[in-house]
Amino acid sequence: MISLRDMTIEDLWTIVRRSAELKQGSHQMCLRGKTVASLFFEPSTRTRLSFESAVLKSGGQVFGFADPGASSQKKGESFSDSVRTVTGYCDAMVIRHPVEGAARLASETATVPVINAGDGANQHPTQTFLDLFTIHEEFQRLEGLKIGIMGDLKYGRTVHSLTHAMSMFKAEMVFISPPSLKMPPAILQELDEKGITYTTAESPDDASGMNLDVLYVTRIQKERFGDPQEYKNVAHSYRIDRNTVRNLGEQVRVMHPLPRVDEIAEEVDAMPNAIYFRQAHNGVPTRQALLGLVTGGIE
Amino acid sequence: MDRAYKVYAIENGTVIDHIPTPMALKVVEILGIGNEGIFTIGVGFLSKRHPGGKDIVKIENRILLESETDTIALIAPDATINIIRNGKVSEKRRISIPATIHGVMECPNPNCATNKLGAARHFTLENREQMTYRCSYCERVAAVKPENLTAPV
Repeated sequence: MISLRDMTIEDLWTIVRRSAELKQGSHQMCLRGKTVASLFFEPSTRTRLSFESAVLKSGGQVFGFADPGASSQKKGESFSDSVRTVTGYCDAMVIRHPVEGAARLASETATVPVINAGDGANQHPTQTFLDLFTIHEEFQRLEGLKIGIMGDLKYGRTVHSLTHAMSMFKAEMVFISPPSLKMPPAILQELDEKGITYTTAESPDDASGMNLDVLYVTRIQKERFGDPQEYKNVAHSYRIDRNTVRNLGEQVRVMHPLPRVDEIAEEVDAMPNAIYFRQAHNGVPTRQALLGLVTGGIE
Repeated sequence: MDRAYKVYAIENGTVIDHIPTPMALKVVEILGIGNEGIFTIGVGFLSKRHPGGKDIVKIENRILLESETDTIALIAPDATINIIRNGKVSEKRRISIPATIHGVMECPNPNCATNKLGAARHFTLENREQMTYRCSYCERVAAVKPENLTAPV
């Protein structure tokens, strides 16, 4: 389980359906007797903890490291040697690594299933699975929705994966970003080739009246801006507050992969439109389903 | 003074013609044949197809595979390949850019596993007209550029 590019729409449906079954109480203990290695070569909070929670809740055991300093790589061991060794200790491997393609490389060496928990700026497929599951939970469908995606669209792996997945479900998309952080032309070209309708906007206010089903907000990363003042100007204009949400309409659901900094005002948390914490919690059943599927505990 | 031959004929081997000047050495480099025996290079011949001139590479006693000659199309899409056996052209080969590239293209993404973790270079064709390929590891799309092509690794 390395990249959304390897997946069919049927694969995505299987994960969404099994996640829903898990959340409703089915497939409990689907990892009984299984051991999962959690190899985080880069710090992570939500992804790592929700994977570990998923294993424990499903009756499996988990071991690994949360800090690359604790691995043999510090002693100079190659990444491939680390993978070749750990593959003999576990039934599945969850890997996060700062290098793009690391999970793919690991999957070529490992003899157990490898799950990509984020490889640099490339892919973070399990985030997309939980996003899809959450969207489906809200709307009872995935096809034909209108999704606004806002923030750092140039570098954000989460938004690239989500765009790819939603294009498989023929979503209409609205890309909201500062001019310097627009969606890369290669991704827009792919959407054109698939016949997906999309528009671009520079402010969330431009999306009011568009009847968005989902506004997916991501963090604008300070380190992408050379000029701190330019960042401040942009960050301020990309802050979602109660008024922004009201203008987008009662139907809109506000999502965020978290962590947020200040792009969504805390006053939004109490609105029924805000579903980002539920979205984060859905990481557990989604990862339970995925681990169960790859280890054979769920069919 | 006229010369009988600008580049001498070969008895057996492969002749690569219509390479745009000055890409002949690059062709030799990506074929990885630099240390494999005799090859002859002619540079800057007059050409109707290439206003800047054309180069020719003659490789003695080596019949290139189709997978090798298709790699040449990454640099010289109009090149023609003549296979010589017993002093005669036994096969004329048209080339087209390959569906996959192994080894000879360096991923331009410095943070790719091929550049950081020793993963084997591998690309699949993304767009034939634009001659772009997708890296199998970092999944970025890259246009083919001579500076990203090297000897096979």
